[in-house]
Amino acid sequence: MIAYVFKRLTALILSLAVASLVIFLVVEVAPGDPASYMLGINAQPDTVAALRAELGLDVPKTQRYLNWVGGMLVGDFGTSYTYRSPVSEMVADRLWISLPLALMALALSTLIAIPAGVLAAARRGGVADAGVMSATQFGVAIPNFWFAMLLVALFAIKLRWFPSGGFPGWDDPAAALKSLTLPAIALALPQAAILTRVMRSSLIDILGEDFMRTARAKGLSRRQALWRHGLRNALIPVLTIIGLQFSFLLAGAIIIEQVFFLPGLGRLVFQSISQRDLIVVESVVMLLVFAVITVNFLVDLAYAIADPRLRRRA
Amino acid sequence: MTALLQVQDLSVSIQGKRVLDKVSLEIQSGEILALTGESGSGKSMTALAIMGLLPNAAHVEGEVHLHEQDLLAQTEQQMCAIRGAEIGMVFQEPMTALNPVQSIGQQVAETIRVHSDATRKQAWARAADVLTKVGLPQDRFPLGRFPHELSGGQRQRVVIAMAIALRPKLLIADEPTTALDVTTQAQILELLKDLCKSEGLALLMITHDLAVVSQMADRIAVMKSGQIVEQAVTQDLFAQMSHPYTRALFAASAHQADLADIDLGDPLLRVQNVSRDYLLPRPHPFAAHPRFPAVRDVSFDISAGERVGLVGESGCGKSTLTRAILGLDPVSAGDIRLDGAPVYSNGKPNRYIQRQIQVVFQDPFGSFNPRHKVERLITEPFHLLDHPPTGTARQNAIEEALEAVGLSAADAQKYPHAFSGGQRQRLAIARALIIRPKLIVFDEAVSALDVRVRAQILDLIAALSREYGLAYLFISHDLSVVRSITDRVMVMKSGEIVEHGETARVFDKPEHHYTQNLIAAAPRLPELGERHVS
Repeated sequence: MIAYVFKRLTALILSLAVASLVIFLVVEVAPGDPASYMLGINAQPDTVAALRAELGLDVPKTQRYLNWVGGMLVGDFGTSYTYRSPVSEMVADRLWISLPLALMALALSTLIAIPAGVLAAARRGGVADAGVMSATQFGVAIPNFWFAMLLVALFAIKLRWFPSGGFPGWDDPAAALKSLTLPAIALALPQAAILTRVMRSSLIDILGEDFMRTARAKGLSRRQALWRHGLRNALIPVLTIIGLQFSFLLAGAIIIEQVFFLPGLGRLVFQSISQRDLIVVESVVMLLVFAVITVNFLVDLAYAIADPRLRRRA
Repeated sequence: MTALLQVQDLSVSIQGKRVLDKVSLEIQSGEILALTGESGSGKSMTALAIMGLLPNAAHVEGEVHLHEQDLLAQTEQQMCAIRGAEIGMVFQEPMTALNPVQSIGQQVAETIRVHSDATRKQAWARAADVLTKVGLPQDRFPLGRFPHELSGGQRQRVVIAMAIALRPKLLIADEPTTALDVTTQAQILELLKDLCKSEGLALLMITHDLAVVSQMADRIAVMKSGQIVEQAVTQDLFAQMSHPYTRALFAASAHQADLADIDLGDPLLRVQNVSRDYLLPRPHPFAAHPRFPAVRDVSFDISAGERVGLVGESGCGKSTLTRAILGLDPVSAGDIRLDGAPVYSNGKPNRYIQRQIQVVFQDPFGSFNPRHKVERLITEPFHLLDHPPTGTARQNAIEEALEAVGLSAADAQKYPHAFSGGQRQRLAIARALIIRPKLIVFDEAVSALDVRVRAQILDLIAALSREYGLAYLFISHDLSVVRSITDRVMVMKSGEIVEHGETARVFDKPEHHYTQNLIAAAPRLPELGERHVS
């Protein structure tokens, strides 16, 4: 088990190093000079040169890469070209919205999907199965921004249970959670639909395994056999999908952020790209890569906990 | 004395199809009743019906009494209390019968905890006792072991431990040794016999293998198409064989293919000092890969028209050697030549040599693409030819190949699902035969077949060898089959050929102690004064 964790950890660090290099190179070759973009097309060449020096754009590329990586290691992500404020603060502000939102959506989707998938698999071919399966069709098919608008129309405008948008800050946790609830539901719906289908088909496969018959022969009821022997075996593919979904929810929520006027990470990336704020783009993308790789690492650990066969080979 | 288990006129139909037809049998405490017959005869259905584990769509009639309880009248909840406590069950496939994510201790203790209010600690202590009883002592097999850390035979012991943990009165074993090697099979059979004696357990043993049946059972019931056709005390049954089906089964089990004498031609296949290592995963990131020698310094020849057998238990290197002979894998050292040319050169199989060697695999169901017609399937080897026949020549080749294996030309337009297991194996042989190879490798080619079908396929192989002067290498774990179909046999163990000689000599006077053990462990059919073949 220790060797397994060590191997996974080595892979994690290597991927981060490669990712940082790729991100840096891609952003460097993108056209557009941030200094001339910030000063406008009528700027004097010496003013542009002065700004380039101030932004640290005049040193050689290798030096800039090392400065960037070195800075990130001590928590210094540089200074935004456009806003002239530290990137780490900007990202931290946004992360306090995007991370709780992603976690809420993920928790919601898992809480819906696992019981629904188990129900459908246990009653395969029955009414409950048909109901769950057609619900997941809807979940996959409905665009989530439209579903978000329906939620706003019902719960914010008609019933006035939740705010229709904006974020009040974490000074009042109850209000903050309230304003994240509708966006989390909107994000969770399609994810829950996909996860339900994965859970169902994975469990159906497991229910046909020989060891499920062995469990019944021991005297376990159908239900006991399913929960004690079926579920844990069926969870492995589900974990993979949960890992993928978390990465997507963290940065891919831009449309929902837009619908609910949430200043999240997705919007930050979008704005920085359109304003050539390269240092912010680099840092946020790096952060997302870090999040994805870390989540994959955790999923790998979860595999090893769920399945003892994986502990030995890595 | 009333019987422990009494089955009276048990009939089962699934969606209108009758799978069991008025089955009646009884077992006393401490008695072993064997239920035998070919696949699809209803043996497993009978077991599942007794356990109350039939599929939901099944309709059951008749009576099943365990002691005084009518099992068919019990509710599902009551049956849960009986299963595992009063009736234990052991299944065929030990590799998949255990939950891979739970330790063996957990799985054995579960049987105990489901049926009693034993604490976790008591259940674990009892599990340790039971595992020791089935031959898995705690110092070598602690409760925390996972199934993937055990061999097939050891896993089957765990399954048996689960089934007997609560000292049930009846144990049902469904083909408990079919997936195991002969020496392991002998140990498991011995264990089951001992348990019956020491625990007073009644054993309902389901198996297709008459040799196993004759050694184990006190009484035998023979099933055919959902009915019991004959039922008697073992010695009487083998002495009388009153039903023609029983006689046919017995004759097929003891079948000896007709091998004509041959004049040995020139050496065709020459395997010289062949070794093959596999790289194992590194123990830590900076270590060199450890090597596992799967085949070690193997040498032998096969002459044109010769019929050679290769026997050995699982993991002995048979498959690795086969792949190397077929030119599918490189060798680590040594040389394999057919007609003087290497079978593998420049990192790929030698196409000119591949035409001369064809192969027939074990699984008649998995080795055909279900979406292709027979015509296309059996002409697959034509891609090895520079100028594959077209038009009428191709049609003729297909017809000839199909007729050679006892099928008809009309079968060319069918899909594989239209054929039975035995017929598919004929198709596989037709596919191998169509480009007229000099050597065919049969890799466990009859192991998945019922005895009567197996006897027919063995006759077919012997006949084809006679007619076409075909040499073959017959690889099998089944000693009696190898004996009936080969002139010469090689015995393989841990990658080495430990004994090599004429088949009759090796079987009658084995020299190597491993061969002696193998032959001693293999179950044998009783010798009968006279055999009637209907």
